[in-house]
Amino acid sequence: MSAVLPAPPVTYDSAKRGLPFVSEALALWDFRHLVAELVSRDIKVRYKRSVLGIAWTMLSPLVNMVALTIVFSEILKQQITNFPVYLLTGSLLWTFFSQGTSYAASLTVDAGDITRRVYVPRSVFVAVAVGVALVNLLLSLVPLFVIILVTRHPVSTAWLFLPVPILVATIFTAGVGLLVFTMSSRFVDVKETYMVLLGTWFFITPVFYVPAIVPERFRWIITLNPMTHLLNLFRAPLYEGRIPGARVLLLSVAAALVALAAGWLFYARKNEDYGTRS
Amino acid sequence: MKTTALEAEPAAVAASTAPVDPAPAIQLDGVSVRYEFAKEPILSLKEYAIRSLQRRLQHGELVAIQDVSLVIERGASVGVVGPNGAGKSTLLKVIARVRRPSEGRVRVRGRVAPLMELGLGFHGELTGHENIILQGAFLGFSRKEMLARIPRIAEFAELEAFLDVPVRTYSTGMASRLAFSVATDVDPDVLLIDEVLAVGDERFQSKCQDRMREFRARGKTFFLVSHSLGTIVESCERALWISEGRIVRDGPAQEVTDAYHEWSLSGAATVPAPS
Repeated sequence: MSAVLPAPPVTYDSAKRGLPFVSEALALWDFRHLVAELVSRDIKVRYKRSVLGIAWTMLSPLVNMVALTIVFSEILKQQITNFPVYLLTGSLLWTFFSQGTSYAASLTVDAGDITRRVYVPRSVFVAVAVGVALVNLLLSLVPLFVIILVTRHPVSTAWLFLPVPILVATIFTAGVGLLVFTMSSRFVDVKETYMVLLGTWFFITPVFYVPAIVPERFRWIITLNPMTHLLNLFRAPLYEGRIPGARVLLLSVAAALVALAAGWLFYARKNEDYGTRS
Repeated sequence: MKTTALEAEPAAVAASTAPVDPAPAIQLDGVSVRYEFAKEPILSLKEYAIRSLQRRLQHGELVAIQDVSLVIERGASVGVVGPNGAGKSTLLKVIARVRRPSEGRVRVRGRVAPLMELGLGFHGELTGHENIILQGAFLGFSRKEMLARIPRIAEFAELEAFLDVPVRTYSTGMASRLAFSVATDVDPDVLLIDEVLAVGDERFQSKCQDRMREFRARGKTFFLVSHSLGTIVESCERALWISEGRIVRDGPAQEVTDAYHEWSLSGAATVPAPS
């Protein structure tokens, strides 16, 4: 034994364990490369065998938007200034949220498969789900800008504010994603239940209508819905061409932080138990 | 695994016979792993809610390993034998940090590379090249770190010509060779292998054996679970016989495997008492 290396330090000690919500966060940071690789794997695999490739991500919101514009402005005669831009901004952010959270719920099978064999913090999979949805959101900003230009919507310097609403929406999505993912690791019917819930949630979110058309006595539902404020925050620069007001900013940041704190605490507390039952 | 390096600690428990290694690679102190499961598998949220309201939730418990204490020195090669369901894989899992012990303490020094079921996370649509990077990411390596290793990994796996084709076109042998090459190239301090040393053809197997020897010579440790007693005698110095979650024999590989073999043939229903 000539070239024996010096003893490496103790890298894992099951007795030394900090607070779960801190240690789980450090563990996720250690595996940031894995998150990046899994996100890029997901995107690559999704587009590798399709003819349209990455263009599809940009085309599908356009097709949707055209259909919905016809339904809502032509058939229902709804009066919203530049409806295509109003609708597209709303539906892009809604799609980001619903895709990120429902994808997180469906990744529990993959997560179980992998964490049975090698140590990987399970939060990696939530980060991947949100990451994939975020990449799709960023890609679909391209068709949005095309529509903005085509419809002669005013171009504004307020667009520079755009990273803020996207960041806030990402935090909110991650929080809800963690809740759904953790529940879904334990119970098989969580994903379907959540999909039904998302369907209802969509209709109480002003994606294709303005809150003003909602009768007064139901409007509190819209106001209590955190997605309403996130949509307002996102639309302020893009649709209204202005920096959002303090109220909208405060409400949506608060919603995002509460969601992330709740999601992370629940995940850190239950993840180990739920993740090793199967 | 890339975790925060904790302070090195002197070993509290020492193996009785072997020269004492002040810094063993793996140390288990009174480790038990219990799995809790619902008596009737209730998997849906609806059912769970209904039953917990009716107070009809019953939990059972399964003890996979029980009060196992173990010191494995650096550079050791340890084989694990035992009947199905004895707790062999669970033992590997507590060392790999996949399962947290219900009781007791596990300490591991250095990076652990588990090689349980080959081709973990391989994706058929991705090329060999992309899969190497992904595989490395599972072990905590960045893309940049893996890019530097790719030529060596490909050479050892003898897959240089196939790096740019999707892994779904690989044969089982090719995929296993790739997985083995990645797991051993990332220079782990502890290599955990579950039933997978039969990789590739005879020539490749002898290459694997060489790599294992070189591993141990450098103070690296490996831990092998297998039903093939021949493989264990060939590649390990020490062996553990596990039965019903306990270590019943621990000693030189030849002796332990012989005793296990004899017991298996005797058809004895009772498990020998721990010695």
